[in-house]
Amino acid sequence: MYRSLFPGDLFAEVDRLQREMQQAFDTVSPSIRGFARGYPALNIGNTPASVEIYAFAPGIDPAKVEVNLERGVLTIEGERATSVAESHGKATAHINERFDGRFRRVVSLPDDVDPGAVTASYRDGVLHVSVARRESAQPRRIEVQ
Amino acid sequence: MTKQDVTTRPTDSADRAREEPALLPAVDVIEDTTGITLYADLPGVPKDRLNVRVEGETLLLDAELVLPLPQGMEASHAEVQRTRYRRAFTLSRELDPDKVSAEFSQGVLRLRIPKAAHAQPRKIAVQVA
Repeated sequence: MYRSLFPGDLFAEVDRLQREMQQAFDTVSPSIRGFARGYPALNIGNTPASVEIYAFAPGIDPAKVEVNLERGVLTIEGERATSVAESHGKATAHINERFDGRFRRVVSLPDDVDPGAVTASYRDGVLHVSVARRESAQPRRIEVQ
Repeated sequence: MTKQDVTTRPTDSADRAREEPALLPAVDVIEDTTGITLYADLPGVPKDRLNVRVEGETLLLDAELVLPLPQGMEASHAEVQRTRYRRAFTLSRELDPDKVSAEFSQGVLRLRIPKAAHAQPRKIAVQVA
């Protein structure tokens, strides 16, 4: 616990509390880029045959998203338009939490993925990238002669 | 979307759902002279799992995240760890809850809440005597 620079600053206090709570409840280890997560949020899972990446990127044009796989590193890049500019004229933004602008997220994949077998689909605002593992790396039952 | 067609699920399951921990969806709220537009990010929510209700002066967003996961998948990294989104807003008196319209596409909900007729801007003509 540290003393606030401006004692009695309730907002700073709430902010600090929120950060501490987040740290306490976070099950994943903290990233080197801090706790602020980028856009889109990512969930990653493994199956014996593939690596599944889910990017929670609502409201983007799937044609304008670039998904690249190079040397085992998957990059998801794109841009999301702002909703605030849409309503021109005398408009006031009371809450502006949604991400806008360019985004880029990078995932390092396991060594056994097959760069030739990647599929990507976009549905309900979730980009799902499935990367198959190489056949030779998949578990196999060996017959005993 | 009108007030009448928004409640489809039985109240007991709605009450149960309210207790479940939920994600707070990111929103933009923009006001212009004729009303308020609300955008909410609800990725992974199919259209039939989205529930928008107006209860008295409260606007409730409640949605369920459905991801078709392959069998036998083990999560290795998860930034989204819950399957429900929930957020409530208090409407002010000049907004007309009966005329709320909603669009939902690719995980983004767009709600338009117009101001009631008496709160609409009126231009007052100045009479020259």
